[in-house]
Amino acid sequence: MYTPHTKKDKEEMLKTIGAASFEELVKQVPAKFLWPKINLPAESLDEAQAAARMAGLAAKNCRPLSFLGAGAYERYTPAAVKAITSRTEFLTAYTPYQPEASQGTLQAIYEFQSTVSALYAMDCANASMYDGASSFAEAVRATVRVTGRKKIVYSAGVNPQYMDTLKTYFAHSPEYTYVKVPMNNGVMDQAALPALLEGAACLAVQTPNFLGLIEDMNGVADLVKKAGALLVAAADPVSLGILAAPGEYGADFAVGEGQSLGLPLAYGGPYLGLFSCKKEHVRQMPGRITGLTKDKDGKRGFVLTLQAREQHIRRDKAASNICSNEALCALAATVYSALYGPEGLKELAEANAGAAAYTAERLSSIKGCSLKFKGPFFNEFVLSVPGKAAALREKALARGVDIGLPLAPLFPELGETLLVCATETKTEADILKLEAAIKEAI
Amino acid sequence: MPKPEEVKYTKTHEWISAGAEVAVGISDHAQHEMGDVVFVELPKVGAKLEKEKPCAVVESVKSAFDIYSPVSGEVTAVNDAVTGEPALLNQAPLDGGWMFRLKPSNPAEAEALMNWTAYQEFIKQSAH
Amino acid sequence: MNCAPAIDNRLSIEKSDPGRRGLWCKNPLRAKASIPAALRRKSALRLPELSEFDVVRHYTRLSRLNFSVDTHFYPLGSCTMKYNPRFNEEAAALEGFAALHPLAHDSSAQGTLELIHDLSARLVELCGLDAITLQPAAGAHSEFTGLLLAKAYFEAKGENRTEIVCPDSAHGTNPATASMMGFNTVNLASKPDGRLDVEELKKHIGPKTAVLMLTIPNTLGIFESNIEAIAKAVHDAGALFYMDGANLNALIGMVKPGDFGVDLMHLNFHKTFSTPHGGGGPGAGAIVCSKQLAPFLPVPLVKKSGSGYVSDFGDGRSIGKVKAFFGNTGVLVRAYAYMLAHTPEEFADIARCAIINANYVRSRLLDIYPSYSKEYCMHECVLTPGADMTGKGLRTLDVAKGLLDRGFHAPTIYFPTIVHEAIMIEPTETESKATLDEFVAAMRDVHDSGMADPQALKDAPHTMPVKRLDEVQAARQPNLHW
Repeated sequence: MYTPHTKKDKEEMLKTIGAASFEELVKQVPAKFLWPKINLPAESLDEAQAAARMAGLAAKNCRPLSFLGAGAYERYTPAAVKAITSRTEFLTAYTPYQPEASQGTLQAIYEFQSTVSALYAMDCANASMYDGASSFAEAVRATVRVTGRKKIVYSAGVNPQYMDTLKTYFAHSPEYTYVKVPMNNGVMDQAALPALLEGAACLAVQTPNFLGLIEDMNGVADLVKKAGALLVAAADPVSLGILAAPGEYGADFAVGEGQSLGLPLAYGGPYLGLFSCKKEHVRQMPGRITGLTKDKDGKRGFVLTLQAREQHIRRDKAASNICSNEALCALAATVYSALYGPEGLKELAEANAGAAAYTAERLSSIKGCSLKFKGPFFNEFVLSVPGKAAALREKALARGVDIGLPLAPLFPELGETLLVCATETKTEADILKLEAAIKEAI
Repeated sequence: MPKPEEVKYTKTHEWISAGAEVAVGISDHAQHEMGDVVFVELPKVGAKLEKEKPCAVVESVKSAFDIYSPVSGEVTAVNDAVTGEPALLNQAPLDGGWMFRLKPSNPAEAEALMNWTAYQEFIKQSAH
Repeated sequence: MNCAPAIDNRLSIEKSDPGRRGLWCKNPLRAKASIPAALRRKSALRLPELSEFDVVRHYTRLSRLNFSVDTHFYPLGSCTMKYNPRFNEEAAALEGFAALHPLAHDSSAQGTLELIHDLSARLVELCGLDAITLQPAAGAHSEFTGLLLAKAYFEAKGENRTEIVCPDSAHGTNPATASMMGFNTVNLASKPDGRLDVEELKKHIGPKTAVLMLTIPNTLGIFESNIEAIAKAVHDAGALFYMDGANLNALIGMVKPGDFGVDLMHLNFHKTFSTPHGGGGPGAGAIVCSKQLAPFLPVPLVKKSGSGYVSDFGDGRSIGKVKAFFGNTGVLVRAYAYMLAHTPEEFADIARCAIINANYVRSRLLDIYPSYSKEYCMHECVLTPGADMTGKGLRTLDVAKGLLDRGFHAPTIYFPTIVHEAIMIEPTETESKATLDEFVAAMRDVHDSGMADPQALKDAPHTMPVKRLDEVQAARQPNLHW
């Protein structure tokens, strides 16, 4: 319990208010609804008891050596990131509605927007969205607003959860159509694009795609432009330490899951939606945006800007209903990027690519296992396995290794396969342990 | 540059010039009420506008205002200068701050709009 | 914050020096990477190059430019800026919770699944409803989820309902969400006392109405005392009654929304359940609903199975996913820790203290800051500058800035929009009488010194890191990154 008043405090305050009792203050609530029976434990826990309960629950989560990826990546969170995000001046502040009293949060958001613009090589970025899936859905929505078209073309390699979220966003509008670009050896079949793009609002692509493969984006933007459509690219931010950035290949909107920038996995959130675009679409960006300006003495300062697009002003005409952003997660990602810097980000990306390459090399040498696709991949790949992938996973889990995500429920056409991911957190010894676990399970 | 007395006004504070091809903008009263204009979104050339339907947006720092077409017709030109320099709507709403030109499909519609005197009276009434 | 070095307001990139390093990744497996040149990044990555200490000092300095709940009283109406217990943070940081991959096998996630299951059950009981989803990432995202449920519910019944009714005092997210979902919004004018006009409601509600969205208590801090008549009118029209639960700390433990006819409602964990706002997020939300809507909830849910817990993907009637993975589980862990610290009676004390605090501040300021409403308020009150102040050209914005100079964060201002020059004060239940007394003194001092020297108040703040900022330039020539 965290309320401060003693009985005496309450009595004194009621007296000042001029109310004979608390009941007088809540006369506006029909009496029949007051003080219902609530069937919750009659005893609360003191902090030590609560700590024991929470530790007990946390301990019930097993922590296998995990090779899961598929949109959420195991990262090391540097101590300095935790130190900054636990500064309570950041943690317990609200949206910077009073800029003079929020310059810390505002400058941090400005630096976050700068970091995202730099990573994706785009003109501008917003203060963040809920997660990668919501950024993706909002970017596609923006292309519909800009083009006035309702046909959405997407590559088969887009994270299925992103597509699910997008379709939920559009659930009320049956007039939208979704056209999937077929796969050719695990990547988008570019030969199919010109025909499919006719009359489309956008082409939405993810690279590295959900199966880990890197899409060759050279020339794609030209095809998109020719059709009068816009290019939406989803990309893992860490991969951009070495892979071509969306701005380099002509994307109009670029989005991603910012969890990758050092945020804990936390069973799905809070994560961080990265959202960036070309300058001409700046007013299509949903949510908050911070801008640099001057105060009346000419001193540098930061404010929320372009607010007239937002829900609290435009109400039913707003670009989006989003109200909050993921400011603290954005701060974490900004500090993470600043700590590693351009060289460190490149090293991280190389370590991901190297760890996955080595893992693929080891696993494809197991009898009955092989790489499903030949193309270049980043930090995850599809492994064909003998027998049921789900059963293999459960067997290996019993030995303390999570060997990857069985893909059959999402991509039945791929047969019995696992999506295996190795990030920079994995060592050679870990990978050999994985190899042994799969061999034993088979 | 038309004088304020030479154009007609809507109840939503747009003005419209006379002629077979008309210019449209916001009134001096409107720009004053809005405060500093920071952004203007114009219709596209060739767009067919309907009388009293929203066709453009003007934003101040904390508000956004729909601009309604005073009459029906086709957009023949837009003033790109105001998208680059929105302050023109504040500085010269009837001159450099015009928003777009329109070829009215039904010239009679403009007849029904308020003249300067009626508009002044309308503003006075609305203030109460 | 007075100790913050004033001169150095450079951006991190302006402190950067080529070749300087903070952290390294030395994993030897890097050597195995072989990405073809055609797929590689060609442009430079323009991130700052700093030492770790540079980064720590830079962001520590920034933190000291902020007001926050821990450092300042923060009576931001409608936002519930109450104390965020430290224990919640420690619980969420436990490796067992923090390191769990969202696609972990159910057998690896028993602790978190149990937590979600128990948290769900407790929230459903507190609200007096039947079912819940914890998937939404925030309040507005919950509203979106709630309207999707309503849509699916009416579709399943074969009814085509296209309108959402909400009062003009509603949060901006209500009409924005409705429009995003393709609904038409019907706005109802509030009565002079700030309440919904039931007769007006009856006129605007009918076979086209899907949902009435109502904030309870409303944004004026007033309870809709005719709640039963409202619920009846909604149900008679065959529509659903949605409660925006942003202000639930005024009611928790004291009433159950299900009892007065609410069909579905949302919760904001970062308001009622004490999870930190983090400078604007992350939040987490929930939709709590009645039995009839339960089959349409987003999946996965959690159900008990034998001695353990499993993800439940429903029977195919679900609206699908509103967010990748499970929801903002890290925030839910904090909310659960908070839950453990309260019995029903202790929850009721939250409502009690929130209501006493708001009325205390209101009653002590009424003589100089008139209240929109003439009756007692619930957990927040809406005041305005008096005629003496407006007579001198002093506005709500000036009061807000004057408070900053006195070490208090400003209340919410110019909202709700139906009150001219609104000052919306929500002290929250965790503030002591002593703090409220100091705040009252500051509000009175703003008034008195403003009357004595209006220009000085119009120029406020004087003591903050920056003075009033040029928002026009920021919007006309947006400078959004380095």
